[in-house]
Amino acid sequence: MSKSKHEWGESTFAKATARSKERRERFESSSGAEVEALYAPEDLAEWNYHEKLGYPGEYPFTRGVQPTMYRGRLWTMRQYAGFGDAEESNRRYKFLLEQGQTGLSVAFDLPTQIGYDSDAPEAEGEVGKVGVAISSLEDMETLTAGIPLDQITTSMTINATAPILLALYVAAARRQGADLSKLGGTIQNDILKEYIARGTYIFPPRPSLRLITDSFAWCREVVPEWNTISISGYHMREAGCTAAQEIAFTFANAIAYVDAAIKQGLAFDEFGGRLAFFWACHSNFLEEVAKFRASRRIWAKIAKERYASKDARAQTLRFHTQTGGATLTAQQPLNNLVRTTLQAMSAVLGGTQSLHTNSFDEALSLPSEGAVELALRTQQVIAYETGVADTIDPLAGSYFIEAATDRIEAEVWAYIERIDELGGALEGIEQGFQQREIQESAYRLQRQLETKDRVVVGVNQFVTEGDRPPDILRIDPEVGRKRAASLAALRARRDNDAVRACLDRIREAASTDENMMPLLIDAVEAYATVGEICGVLREEWGEYHEVLTI
Amino acid sequence: MTAERPIRVLIAKPGLDGHDRGAKVVARALRDAGMEVIYTGIRQTPQMIAEAALQEDVQVVGLSILSGAHIELFPRVLEELRSRGVDDVLLFAGGIIPEVDVPQVKEMGFSAVFGPGTDTNDIIEFVKQHAPQRA
Repeated sequence: MSKSKHEWGESTFAKATARSKERRERFESSSGAEVEALYAPEDLAEWNYHEKLGYPGEYPFTRGVQPTMYRGRLWTMRQYAGFGDAEESNRRYKFLLEQGQTGLSVAFDLPTQIGYDSDAPEAEGEVGKVGVAISSLEDMETLTAGIPLDQITTSMTINATAPILLALYVAAARRQGADLSKLGGTIQNDILKEYIARGTYIFPPRPSLRLITDSFAWCREVVPEWNTISISGYHMREAGCTAAQEIAFTFANAIAYVDAAIKQGLAFDEFGGRLAFFWACHSNFLEEVAKFRASRRIWAKIAKERYASKDARAQTLRFHTQTGGATLTAQQPLNNLVRTTLQAMSAVLGGTQSLHTNSFDEALSLPSEGAVELALRTQQVIAYETGVADTIDPLAGSYFIEAATDRIEAEVWAYIERIDELGGALEGIEQGFQQREIQESAYRLQRQLETKDRVVVGVNQFVTEGDRPPDILRIDPEVGRKRAASLAALRARRDNDAVRACLDRIREAASTDENMMPLLIDAVEAYATVGEICGVLREEWGEYHEVLTI
Repeated sequence: MTAERPIRVLIAKPGLDGHDRGAKVVARALRDAGMEVIYTGIRQTPQMIAEAALQEDVQVVGLSILSGAHIELFPRVLEELRSRGVDDVLLFAGGIIPEVDVPQVKEMGFSAVFGPGTDTNDIIEFVKQHAPQRA
């Protein structure tokens, strides 16, 4: 006799829970949706394989964007790194490449990200701290020295100053003699999430969006293999939002960029294939797998239904994943190795195209070399020893995974509709909508930790006293002074008339709709600095001020 | 019941980092505990923070920083506070401040450093116990 899930719930399950209660009153997802005790065929009653999943490399790409996935090529192992000056970071990159890393990922320091040179008063104390300080083409050449830029791909976490850092990278590649039509990599270039969560904005939204669409158009002509934007949920997730909010707010931002590019006269299928995405992977293992799968299906639908895309490549959601920095704990830091391993595993089961695994000491400081090596080894063990990369989307068809994938999809659509009603992502930001939603989730999570409704091992349970903190990486405090001296020397050596002429051209173009990219290339090749170029644009465009929501 | 004036707190983010999750959670928790909390937003210069502390007449200043620039920036905030005559406030710090730096930060004049994983109730308790009285 076949029994239904409902009948089981009323009989066998009810008897068991009458005898002894479950561990909690209610089990729930990161967004507070109920997680049931059991998932069974009834949960997928209306579910249609071909409509919901399809096949790898085919619409709606739920099972993966490549027809062969990791059987063809493993994900790119790309560790985000950069600190101190260009020389020191260049050494770290070479170390990582020697250890088998397959792509570079550059972390810039905050002054570089916010458009200040290392010798600016605003940069005091921040030079080289959270990434590498890059002010000029000289620095970019040092950063990439001995690394063949036409043979590796480089991801640069850079937003407000993305067009300038891209110009520097392209100029450095050109000097290496690289074929620009083959130059591969990604700039983050995602300013909207900076307004929402990450904070490295400079200019107001309108000129910022113009710089982004300028880079879309220019890259298509000059560096066609370059991913012009990496639309990022990672930082919003780190700021506290739920898995579904991460996807929803990111797609709302993506829609705003696409709309801006279409307004500039580009067609979706012309640039859709160069849009990349960036997700976080937190500790709720199965929910995260479902999130990745849902995100592919939703984006394919947005491309096809909202933008009438006919090009399969423009419908595929290609994404990078980083394990969750905010899930790392300063307490019992070795536990972070375990957390990162599990998160990396769910990113792989979710079909990521590239992956950064955090180092166990990152709740304490920038990672040390030994910790970074372990983090990379974690990916290699998953790739080569566990067998999870040998078949495509192995969790598909699980009653729970498919139900969770559908549930996240529904939550995401509801948020996208809500943001559409507000007038779009930018209007939402100006009203503080996304910021408030994220804060609410972060606060709810904090309360759950404090009431021990949610357990973090070593923090609110299984606590030990007297952890010995591991050795951490310290940035040479002299780096700021050294950088100031080298910038002074550069400013004395270069042709300052040429620099002034380039900066004047940028100033003129700021109030027109001329594509800014060729002017930025000219300027950086004349050794104009990031701070000088941004200084001109600040004068012309003004600066963005945060919407305070607390 | 005496109508006690609520404790006034400034939560500020010096430096360039945009990691405001902790600062906002602490601001909200202190507010929910009945205090009057002013949150400055990110990327505040030492001058802006000191000016806000003076204008808002706060008893407590909490600084949050996650970029590693605390050793350089905290003393500058303190200098700006002193130059405005704001010298009777309770100071505390939060963010990513390595254990080895804590003694130095305390020596600067911070009464407590709250690292990642801190229970907000501990911060509330600390502020209630140590905030200087105002008439």
